[in-house]
Amino acid sequence: MNIIVCVKQVPDTTVVKIDPVKGTLIREGVPSIMNPDDKGGLELALRLKDQFGANVTVISMGPPQADVMLREALAMGADRAILLSDRKFAGADTLATSYALSGLCRVLDYDLIIAGRQAIDGDTAQVGPELAEHLDLPQITYVADAKVLDNGHLQVDKENEDGIQVLEVEGKCLLTVLASAFDARYMSVSGIMEAYDKEVEVWSADKIDVEEGKLGLAGSPTKVFKSFPKAMKAPGEVHEVTPEEAVELIVNQLKVKHII
Amino acid sequence: MDKKDYKNVFVFAEQREGVIQPVALELLGKARDLADALGEKVVAMLLGEGIKDQAQMLIEFGADEVIVVDAPELKDFLSEQYSQAVGQIILDRKPSIVLYGATTIGRDLAPRIASRLKTGLTADCTKLDIEPDKDGEPEFRMTRPAFGGNLMATIICPNNRPQMSTVRPGVMQKMQRQAGREGIVTEFAPKFDASKFKVKLVKTIKADKTVADISEAKILVSGGRGVHDKEGFDKLQALADVLGGQVASSRAMVDNGVMPHECQVGQTGKTVRPNLYMACGISGAIQHLAGMEESDFIIAINKDKFAPIFSVADLGIVGDLHKIVPMLTERIKKELEK
Amino acid sequence: MDFSYSKTEQLFLQMVRSFAENEVKPLAAEVDEQERFPIETVQKMGKLGMMGIPVPKQYGGAGGTVQMYIMAVEELSRVCATTGVVLSAHTSLCIAPILENGTEEQKMKYLPKLASGEWIGAFGLTEPNAGTDAAMQQTTAVDAGDHWVLNGSKIFITNASYANVFIVMAMTDKSLGTKGISAFIVEKGMPGFSIGKKELKMGIRGSATCELIFENCIVPKENLLGPLGKGFSIAMKTLDGGRIGIASQALGIAQGAMDETVKYTKERKQFGRAIAKFQNTQFQMADLKTKVEAARLLVRSAAWKKDMGLPYSADAAMAKLFAAETAMEVTTKAVQFHGGYGYTREYPVERMMRDAKITEIYEGTSEVQRMVIAGHLFK
Repeated sequence: MNIIVCVKQVPDTTVVKIDPVKGTLIREGVPSIMNPDDKGGLELALRLKDQFGANVTVISMGPPQADVMLREALAMGADRAILLSDRKFAGADTLATSYALSGLCRVLDYDLIIAGRQAIDGDTAQVGPELAEHLDLPQITYVADAKVLDNGHLQVDKENEDGIQVLEVEGKCLLTVLASAFDARYMSVSGIMEAYDKEVEVWSADKIDVEEGKLGLAGSPTKVFKSFPKAMKAPGEVHEVTPEEAVELIVNQLKVKHII
Repeated sequence: MDKKDYKNVFVFAEQREGVIQPVALELLGKARDLADALGEKVVAMLLGEGIKDQAQMLIEFGADEVIVVDAPELKDFLSEQYSQAVGQIILDRKPSIVLYGATTIGRDLAPRIASRLKTGLTADCTKLDIEPDKDGEPEFRMTRPAFGGNLMATIICPNNRPQMSTVRPGVMQKMQRQAGREGIVTEFAPKFDASKFKVKLVKTIKADKTVADISEAKILVSGGRGVHDKEGFDKLQALADVLGGQVASSRAMVDNGVMPHECQVGQTGKTVRPNLYMACGISGAIQHLAGMEESDFIIAINKDKFAPIFSVADLGIVGDLHKIVPMLTERIKKELEK
Repeated sequence: MDFSYSKTEQLFLQMVRSFAENEVKPLAAEVDEQERFPIETVQKMGKLGMMGIPVPKQYGGAGGTVQMYIMAVEELSRVCATTGVVLSAHTSLCIAPILENGTEEQKMKYLPKLASGEWIGAFGLTEPNAGTDAAMQQTTAVDAGDHWVLNGSKIFITNASYANVFIVMAMTDKSLGTKGISAFIVEKGMPGFSIGKKELKMGIRGSATCELIFENCIVPKENLLGPLGKGFSIAMKTLDGGRIGIASQALGIAQGAMDETVKYTKERKQFGRAIAKFQNTQFQMADLKTKVEAARLLVRSAAWKKDMGLPYSADAAMAKLFAAETAMEVTTKAVQFHGGYGYTREYPVERMMRDAKITEIYEGTSEVQRMVIAGHLFK
């Protein structure tokens, strides 16, 4: 089985801060990490590899700095890493990004594509389904579990608001995975020792199957009109009081607000 | 493509097991504002099996027209079946705007459609406006949180149609229901290509629904790491019971398996805006705040006086929730008995 | 000269830091309070190859460097000094002497299981009457033809009740003094070998520090480690290496206390402003930061020399002396910056202060380090 895993390098948004004066992101000192849902996807691929044997190729689109994230993927157990890096991809929205990735997938041999549900910098959850459509593949999103059945079909648990849909899919497909369902392994020390002996292949746009006009900014229907920091509301009162006084304060407020 | 050919604001009216989801009504409310600003119509797309009699409700919540696709293929949500139907409606009817709920269904379907129609999609919007562009033409502006809720971004889709977005449940206001409001119900029969139906539904496992949807709740008693365990949440449940509310959770207590994912408030959970949000033992990471700071009234109880939750709380109590919550429960019981 | 981490080291640091943060830190307070050996963490470290970082691949190790191993000790100790010393004693005091002095058979027998974490290692030199004066060994090993018979006891042995393999020093010929001391590889379960009482300690309370008791303990002939009579020199060399591990443990504790204090002083407000805004805080913290960085350079340089095969005895002693005293100073001041809160178990700095003290004592007290450094200076 050949599995492609799509991964993205993202700023760790849990430590992102906003410059209160300029209203811009303070990028300095913010670590770049492998997007958590993507890491969950890699974990699923590696579990399938452990159980059934598979060749796991991680692919990413991004600047050359994404190399370190792909080394991490190799140290976790991926077999091959390809980085799509080209100025022609710059300014891509989700449609243009998924299109570029589809051009790469088309020239690779695969049975299954796994992506994260969404990236923590954009939170769109769009690239996976858009990629599936470009490749004319069936998709299953919000994947919480997946296994290969005896008939070679894939059985997948999809999480939704009501519970779980158990789905069966025949042939090639694309899954988008929830990080919370796949507790990703750490890199092993021996994996780390070998990570820089392997090659991270850097591919430009002319190595993949795409029309140039549909890449990057030109291929992106959406544009950012403006961005601005979130307005913060003024903090209320904070009281350090005994539990008895706390109960009084809360009850009074609940009465004022007509909640009780 | 001539943009002028595209008209009307379409809403994907999500139903699950035949029940129209609240987010569909919220979207109709917003679509009504947008359509009025554009001088266009609100059209709801209602897909499923045996759901036609629900169309009138959508009209009463603001739709001018409901396109009903009633087909056995659409009984349960499956990406390809729904994509074919919605895709064909859009190609046929050429809407200028299409709105979907940012639910697991909407976030599965909308990008599939966007990629099929090669148009733009903006995810998880919290604000949608029509504003004049530089030429004075009305422009659809979609605002959404980015970078884990640290930043807001306004997105436009200037050259492609339809302009599409998903909207988080609980963000938009639905219209007051107008009983007897009139509109058109149209049936649409898509041409299904069954050769592409590669995914089969084996079974559905319902989650243990001890809790109703927290995004619907008017009162939420929410717990974080400071609640410690299931027993701690029992105390919160007792308080929620006397207040007639529900229990919610921070991500930490979902990740460690104490609470189910449906209870999670925040960036990767649900957005809530209840009348009262009581945050107990929740430190208030920005991802959590993103999901609850629109609540009308926020009370925070936390041992750590430096907890960021206090920056959004209307009333902050530095103290031990394990003492305060049970006392408060007893006290409110007495108040209500009066 | 290059002070930066290699790319491999950076990747390794990312792994150990996230491991420490996610797997070790959440247990630290409990390990301390309950005086509990963090066995589940050791098992996880074993799976990841962290229990055999500098062990060559042919012996089942990860084929890493001493530098990487001490980075791991630092990162673990930053959040839990107990876990740091478990790894340090295992690697420096059990794996290293086997790797450096063992026969091919001994290496093949012990290293793969130690490196995988299936077995845990320990080291026994100190006795009730032989502490800093380690030459006064009273444990004896008598040649009984086809085996050795050990009698005596060892105290303050890190990892003892969880260890499977012990490097034990015993007197094989009293008349020769230190040249009559030999090293043995003793396995858990050998006849006549038992674990005695567990020490109740001030700090590093989860490290399972116990007494080892040898009562006519039968040890196979082939378990003599290194040449007969070379035990004292093996022990001293082992401790040279161990000191780099303890130095990085001390460094980790100091760094952890710095992290906590920076965070706290930025949050804590008194007189209307964060206490980090007061110049007293700033100047003292600047001095502490400088010392921590100086300690880091000493530790890294000693590890680098060991990796390069250069003499490092004095370097290890200087690193341990300085890092240990820095850890004590930083943690003491960290508690002070935390005020009353710092004295309570609500904050980890009081534990760090208790943990720091041992780094001035074990694997050679600070006084011993000064003796070693002076010995090199005036030789």
